[in-house]
Amino acid sequence: MQSTAFDFENNAHKALDDAELRQAMARVATNFTGGRAAAAARLPEFEALRDRAVEIKNHTIANLDHYLALFERNVEKRGGKVHWCATPREARETILSLCRQVGARTVTKGKSMIAEEIALNPFLAENGVEPIETDLGEYIIQLADEPPSHIIGPAVHKTKRQVADLFHEHHRKYGKEKILTEGGDMVAEAREILRQKFLDADVGITGANFLVAETGSTIIVTNEGNGDLTQTLPQMHIVISAIDKVVPNLEDVSTILRVLARSATGQEMSVYTTFSTGPRRDGDLDGPGQFHVVLLDNGRSGLLGTEKQDLLRCIRCGACMNHCPVYHAVGGHAYGWVYPGPIGAAIDPVFLGLEEARHLPQASTFCGKCEQVCPMRIPLPKIMRHWREESFERRVTPVVPRTLMEAWAFVARHPRLYGLGARLAARILKALGRDGKIVSLPLGSGWTDGRDFPAPEGRTFQEMWSARRGARS
Amino acid sequence: MTQKPRVALFVTCLVDLHRPSVGFAAVKLIEEAGAEVFVPAAQTCCGQPAYNSGDRKDAIAIARQVIATFEDAPYVVAPSGSCAGMIRHHYPALFAGDPAWKARADRLAAKTYELVSFLTDVMGVERVAAALPARATYHDSCSGLRELGIKEQPRKLLATVDGLDLVELPGAETCCGFGGTFCVKYPEVSVEMVQRKADDVAATGADLLLAGDLGCLLNMAGKLSRDGRAIAVRHVAEVLAGVTDTPAMGKD
Amino acid sequence: MTARDRLFANLGRALAMAPGRVSPAEAAARLDRRTPNLIPDRAQGSGEELVERFVQWAERVQATTARVATLADVPAAAADFLNRHNLPQRLRLAPHPLIEGLDWSSRPLIEVASGRAEAHDLSSLALAFAGIAETGTLMLHSGPQTPTTLNFLPDNHIVLLPARAIAGSYEAAWARLRAAFGDDWPRTVNLVTGPSRTADIEQELILGAHGPRRLHIIIVDDDARQEG
Repeated sequence: MQSTAFDFENNAHKALDDAELRQAMARVATNFTGGRAAAAARLPEFEALRDRAVEIKNHTIANLDHYLALFERNVEKRGGKVHWCATPREARETILSLCRQVGARTVTKGKSMIAEEIALNPFLAENGVEPIETDLGEYIIQLADEPPSHIIGPAVHKTKRQVADLFHEHHRKYGKEKILTEGGDMVAEAREILRQKFLDADVGITGANFLVAETGSTIIVTNEGNGDLTQTLPQMHIVISAIDKVVPNLEDVSTILRVLARSATGQEMSVYTTFSTGPRRDGDLDGPGQFHVVLLDNGRSGLLGTEKQDLLRCIRCGACMNHCPVYHAVGGHAYGWVYPGPIGAAIDPVFLGLEEARHLPQASTFCGKCEQVCPMRIPLPKIMRHWREESFERRVTPVVPRTLMEAWAFVARHPRLYGLGARLAARILKALGRDGKIVSLPLGSGWTDGRDFPAPEGRTFQEMWSARRGARS
Repeated sequence: MTQKPRVALFVTCLVDLHRPSVGFAAVKLIEEAGAEVFVPAAQTCCGQPAYNSGDRKDAIAIARQVIATFEDAPYVVAPSGSCAGMIRHHYPALFAGDPAWKARADRLAAKTYELVSFLTDVMGVERVAAALPARATYHDSCSGLRELGIKEQPRKLLATVDGLDLVELPGAETCCGFGGTFCVKYPEVSVEMVQRKADDVAATGADLLLAGDLGCLLNMAGKLSRDGRAIAVRHVAEVLAGVTDTPAMGKD
Repeated sequence: MTARDRLFANLGRALAMAPGRVSPAEAAARLDRRTPNLIPDRAQGSGEELVERFVQWAERVQATTARVATLADVPAAAADFLNRHNLPQRLRLAPHPLIEGLDWSSRPLIEVASGRAEAHDLSSLALAFAGIAETGTLMLHSGPQTPTTLNFLPDNHIVLLPARAIAGSYEAAWARLRAAFGDDWPRTVNLVTGPSRTADIEQELILGAHGPRRLHIIIVDDDARQEG
């Protein structure tokens, strides 16, 4: 997708003005957080499982080449094929050429963030292959021609009324004239229309939540069953995934599965966890005849050995955004690219470059909630801070805030000068106050446009302590 | 007779400039807990604004100054979870590549405390001698809560304030939107966040809002004031010390 | 150089000195040990205890269950389910001897056919390889006798689960699958926890998004094949 990350401020401004979005986001804030808390509380071993999950991923990352090679061997042993792609472009072209091999006209798609990352849909459409999103949320935003606003709930920003309007507009061609009001009727209508698409598709493309080295299996975790119809019915199953998804064996993935759904939706387990290993076997009555795994790097390997390596542990559960007060306020689209919320703020600069994504790591209060709930204990604020440092050093941070910061720091390094400045500021601000508050702060409209600034008491603690001859050592 | 523990007060830049009465309340509480307080003159700020803005060079320079100023003190106490968290958690990280300074940062980190947790966890304070007839609610500031695990300590002491009725704030652990320079870098987002906080506070029916960090308090007091809410806002130390004859924040 | 070669060269360089790096032999040994990492208490236990826990968690996620003594009781249990929901008396059966061997003569109205599921099939009767008590999860796998379409195309997914196939944990179920298949791993393994659902519209939970609207699990205490 085309990034608008650079426009974060504008995007956020628009989002804050959008009444329906605010209504939709209020639900995210309560439902997901409550669900996770309840699920974690039901499983006494939850925190210990998080620790084990972190260990597993750290071990895997330190031996990534080994496990990727093993994964490839096992895929091929079962008759599948792995395609290694360094860039989004290579991945898109690999997928298109596979589709062309079977003369595909339509492909059904399960939800895949990597497919968003490589902007697969517009590319396939331009090249005469029609992609059909089948996850209900993805289907809704495909109709709306919008990017996802959440990594597990792509349409969380839409209200029921908006979905009804979209269905009314796009389903008329299937003879569906009624404007629906009930969620259940909308789901039933989408189910009916998409069922035929599943049956007609030439290729099914899914993502993968995990890759299991031991067996050469790819795993999808879904609730709807769309991913299973996507990959079972067509003659070819293409998995688009990335190199950071591999885990050593089934024991390891079982541990991580125990924290995935609980962190994401608060479910004990998602409805369908499907392990796919090669194409259909001799004698099988169904399943795809071909199995391809397209594995994308797109800069991930460059994170190894850096202070941002921990990002490779991410299992894309969405807990960080579900709990993020900034995300709750502005929604996912404000971030302007595929991965919103705290994980996006930490990882989007890898894919977009810091110049384009410079706002994202700044747009956090460092409240720490994301790190607290991340099942993989990724230190998201710390990684955002590293980006801020890089931004400052490389002068991606604009000159005004940078200069102000350096000037302030100069004063803070000189206690006498600082004391003088503080005494002066205390008096000026006190004088600006009316009834104890300042309603308009010169050069501080960022503060006072939306709230008052309480006036200070007028003298500094240090001068008062000196006046009282308080102990200094 | 055993000597009283000696505590260096890290005033914090916001208390120094904005609300000295919080500093004096802290001094009173520490002294009542049986310790002696001194206030090193050469202190300014913990350096967090530079650190969180990516200005690592200046953050390190300021941290060195704080370490040099406070490292001889037996204890360092700050009336802020944010500043104490900076010294306890982030100073050692700043000097990860510098063993000599890392060792000094570690030593300082180990003896630095946020005020209320110092009173309860180090000095063993179980009750305070304050009284205030009010219906209060408490916001957990993020750094204190998540970096230092401060949750029960202020509630435990507030429960001993005579006449004070403490009601839990729904979403007490949700950030108020202050975030240091965040509140002026992304003011619209920040205001939206503090709006939600202010609404939650108002919904409790409390007439007094307390927290342990002046940054959050300025933000929340500013919003409640702009919204015309008659809710007083104070640092928790003021109430615990029984020093509430000063105007509440943003009041005259 | 191919993209693969470049990637592995990069990985090799970046990881050569990585903390936690082990030799290929050590990594292989770790893999072969297949040691479970941490099994929650909830997944421990045996026998009846596990069956009850399986039922409890499966029903929490809107699956329904029936418990019968022998395979001879399965047709009646399946018929009860169809009647309860007013469904057509037709079933697509897994072409597995255990399912095909069921005697439907007591339920002559039910029309049965075995094979993979087709688009028009409304109800299927599949065979689970295992049950997993800790979350009420079924494990099913693909194969000539157990086609995967049975688990997804029909609106109503009836699954026969032998009581002795209920394991405590995912790991215990994997161990059984490895024992059964060795290196000849099936194309698809489905872990199924309740019927299909979505919460994509205003986070309202709606069953039957794309997969089955209903999941009915018939637990059979004694799955010895009937004689004659």
